[in-house]
Amino acid sequence: MMRTITVVGASLAGLSAARALRAQEFAGRIIVLGEETHEPYDRPPLSKEFLAGESPDISLLTTDDKLLDVDWRLGVSAVQLDPSDRSVVLSTGERVQSDGVVLATGARARTLPGRNVHTLRTLDDAIALRSAFASAGSVVVIGAGFIGAEVASTARKLGLDVTVVEALPVPMAGPLGAEMGRICGSLHAANGVRLITGVPVAEIADHLVRLADGIELRADVVVAGVGATPNVSWLAGSGLIIDGGVVTDAKCSTNIPQVVAVGDCASSFNDHAQTVLRQEHWTNALQQPRIAAATLMGRTSVHAARFAVPYFWSDQYGSRLQFAGHRQEGDQVEIVSGAADGPFTAVYRRESRPVAVLSRDEARVFGRWRRELTTVTEGVLS
Amino acid sequence: MILVCAVADLPDGEAHRLEHGDAPIAVFHVDGEYFAIDDTCTHQDASLAEGWLEGCTVECPLHASCFDLRTGKPTGPPAKVPVRTHEVVVRDGNIYVEVSA
Repeated sequence: MMRTITVVGASLAGLSAARALRAQEFAGRIIVLGEETHEPYDRPPLSKEFLAGESPDISLLTTDDKLLDVDWRLGVSAVQLDPSDRSVVLSTGERVQSDGVVLATGARARTLPGRNVHTLRTLDDAIALRSAFASAGSVVVIGAGFIGAEVASTARKLGLDVTVVEALPVPMAGPLGAEMGRICGSLHAANGVRLITGVPVAEIADHLVRLADGIELRADVVVAGVGATPNVSWLAGSGLIIDGGVVTDAKCSTNIPQVVAVGDCASSFNDHAQTVLRQEHWTNALQQPRIAAATLMGRTSVHAARFAVPYFWSDQYGSRLQFAGHRQEGDQVEIVSGAADGPFTAVYRRESRPVAVLSRDEARVFGRWRRELTTVTEGVLS
Repeated sequence: MILVCAVADLPDGEAHRLEHGDAPIAVFHVDGEYFAIDDTCTHQDASLAEGWLEGCTVECPLHASCFDLRTGKPTGPPAKVPVRTHEVVVRDGNIYVEVSA
């Protein structure tokens, strides 16, 4: 009998879990533990409007959420999960015992050694960086991935002199592949941002970034956008299988009964990719909890096939990149609409089957291909 | 009333985007019923006619905000503000919209 469910994590995935449990008519007690003191907020605007000094409404809570009847416990740290009775142990020593546990602890920004190196993940990070930008003339961004590119784009918008440094030869080559990474990475130069690729950072000192080839870059602000680490170290000793994130099946079940994991901290089997993925995408944090809530309630989510196709977007330099699916090395990519110097859509194929789609400023074409990918996934599942 | 298109030109599960000043309108066909709402998502600039239709709910193609086509109310985040709904009239094989004030 499920009387109490504890959700560990109070960002989008945790809030979505609480909403999904109520939507699926869980009438018991829901406790949500959050490490940050802030109420749930939306992270995507932090690197864009918020960083640009605007005042977007970043609260995720709606008036309907007041009816969720959730016991919010913000500003508390979970330090251990006791598998014998599913107790979550807090840093204060308190034990929060319940019949079901949703792990939604997310990820934290990877850091680089050096003084005064900013990262951008949390609201507090964004407040600090925004304040630093206000009195800065130049910035070096380490990492040309999505966060790095968005921070560079916003800094440029604010009139800063911007240099982006990427250790790999091509930006965003991991998710997009080299060819599309090069095309999308060309937005930096087109907008007056200097992009240096293929050179790792050797050392960061105050206002100085020294590259492995000896080049020294001076800047008022240094930002590292070098990925994120899932918050799972507190689960050591719990018996949970960890491989990057907490390992789950496609229904978000872990190897401990009545413990599910969702969002950035979960390495889940993905029906579309037919492999285990740890997704750091906003949409995944929104959708996966609905599957997990159904699992805890002993049901099967009807959304599984549609939710299985990974999706993310990135707004950079006034352009909107959208990507759906899962690319692997060896996939063939072809521009099917538009052209590389403007709006376009590219489709990735494996043995002639479409497996992923990338668009720049072509939402309608993108939407059609995204649906097509879902149909393919449903075909595989049925 | 504004002419949207012929009934035959809007198959089940499809949407039609109607230019209307600076507030375009999206008309949806759901299993024999027609619904019209403001086309622009209240969260961020995106066309709901390009969204994902599931029953009487449309999901924004950009950030997955959901709106109930019958009421215009947001039923899924991040949108919090409803879209306007408009009356749809089917007459002589054509679909018309009566734009709300």
